[in-house]
Amino acid sequence: MDLTAEEVRKIAFLARLHLTDEEIETYARQLSAILEYAAQLQEVDTANIPPTATVLPLTAPLREDTIRPSLPQDEILANASSSEEGMFQVAPVLEQEP
Amino acid sequence: MTEFEPIIGLEVHAELQTRSKMFCGCAVVDSVSATANTRVCEICTGMPGTLPVINRRAVEFAIRVALALHCEIAETSIFARKNYFYPDLPKGFQISQYELPLAVNGWMMITTNGEEKRIAIRRVHLEEDTGKLTHRQTNSLIDYNRSGVPLLEIVSEPDLRSIDEVRAYAIALRSLLRFLEVSSADMEKGVIRFEANISVRPQGAEILGTRTEIKNLNSLRAMAQAISYEIDRQSRLLANGQEVRQETLGWDEGLKVTVPQRGKEEAHDYRYFPEPDLPPLHLERSWIEEIRAKLPELARAKRQRYVDELKLNPYTADVLTNEKDIADYFEATVAAAPDLPAQQIGHWIGGPLFSLLNDAGIKIRETLISVEQLSELIGLVELGKISNSSAKAVLTEMFASGAGASQIIEAQGLEILADSAIIDGHIEKVLVEFPDQVQQYLLGKEPIFEWLFGQVMRATSGRSDPQRLRQALARQLRALDKRQPPA
Repeated sequence: MDLTAEEVRKIAFLARLHLTDEEIETYARQLSAILEYAAQLQEVDTANIPPTATVLPLTAPLREDTIRPSLPQDEILANASSSEEGMFQVAPVLEQEP
Repeated sequence: MTEFEPIIGLEVHAELQTRSKMFCGCAVVDSVSATANTRVCEICTGMPGTLPVINRRAVEFAIRVALALHCEIAETSIFARKNYFYPDLPKGFQISQYELPLAVNGWMMITTNGEEKRIAIRRVHLEEDTGKLTHRQTNSLIDYNRSGVPLLEIVSEPDLRSIDEVRAYAIALRSLLRFLEVSSADMEKGVIRFEANISVRPQGAEILGTRTEIKNLNSLRAMAQAISYEIDRQSRLLANGQEVRQETLGWDEGLKVTVPQRGKEEAHDYRYFPEPDLPPLHLERSWIEEIRAKLPELARAKRQRYVDELKLNPYTADVLTNEKDIADYFEATVAAAPDLPAQQIGHWIGGPLFSLLNDAGIKIRETLISVEQLSELIGLVELGKISNSSAKAVLTEMFASGAGASQIIEAQGLEILADSAIIDGHIEKVLVEFPDQVQQYLLGKEPIFEWLFGQVMRATSGRSDPQRLRQALARQLRALDKRQPPA
């Protein structure tokens, strides 16, 4: 299972990673090896196994619909590299093509 | 030219009106008016070391909707991570449902031009809403108050075949959400949002054409315009032998055209996987049945009952059940005045009061007229204390000032003339005042009777009972002549 440079570029775009051509070549090789390793799972006969989302014997607990205090605005905004009018400020958002 | 048939499916997102968010205790607030980023915590911003916990009421609301849409509810459903980088979510993913959604295979009836049609519902699932972005020239600003608010996604099958059907479906779904009291479904505030899938095919063809998706339709009008534009655009392309490209479009409100949205990631690029922080959601059958037992009566059932049991005419029943608040007001009035005929109450709310509300541009819950005040007024009309036309004037005054009916009737002297001597006096005066008309009438010009009737009614400021006035006028005219006037 060989990933092409184009596929690696697309994956990098989805993860918002900027990779050099050399890195793309390296990761194409490494990712292909990982996929190949994981592909062994395809050999397991799963015909009689129901689809499984988790292996833990758990059920999601539900919480009552009650309000708890939120964080103060300045504490939340302390995580922003920059803010304006009480809002997180980011570079103008334009969806980019890969 | 070939006739093309549109094939339309709608995807609806509705914020649920829970008190707290989907996975944390932050309050759900009006995203338009609340101060930005004041209802945000470690959980809804996905800080390391936090865990989401599902809001029980959000699940209950989703079950309510799924039941009302006749869906099969999954006893086990799972949440999934939808991964993408966009600043509307600070976590890098949205918790949604993908495989094994909460409910599937439902349906809803719609009515267009008197025709009933069943629209299939593919799935109903729970997810979290995203933050609100304000785009500017030089930057984008983000408010995360909305991030994590419970969001219900309702996806129809592509069963809609016209703009009328789309509109009927959207309105029916909005009414359903409101009657179930799970969402304000307010389009202007973005509480309910629509996306449409559209393709066209030659009339009678079996296979489906290539579809496009229109996002961000934020009013019924924009939705109708956008879909109509897209149907024309696709039909023209196919008629010219060109192909429709599968793509995601936006609606340009100013130019009134659909425009391609750039960089839309394909479904498999979201790299969905089961949410590791949330075990599967198991729903007890008994809980679902408990919710089913408590489902309120919905608009269609109400309308039917108003016609069948309360003997309202279908038009009035329609007006009363279009909005939950109006139906509630009507039923509260009926309950407050069990002795009054429901048809009369329906008539006064669906007719004169409804017009007053429309003219003033306000909602019924904002009216100053209490159900007790309204039933008092209708009671006075029923008892013959005031005439119908006086009652309308009284209602208008009540609507404007909030005063009670009796008070207004007394202040304006609108009580019906019970003393026949007074009515006779007014008739005599009119007959003396208009000898020519009386003469014409006596010579056989019968329609003059109505004119004379109007004159007397005006002389009594509308305070006469029409039936009695008619009889008294006929009697006096008969006395002037041996001829028989019309009844």
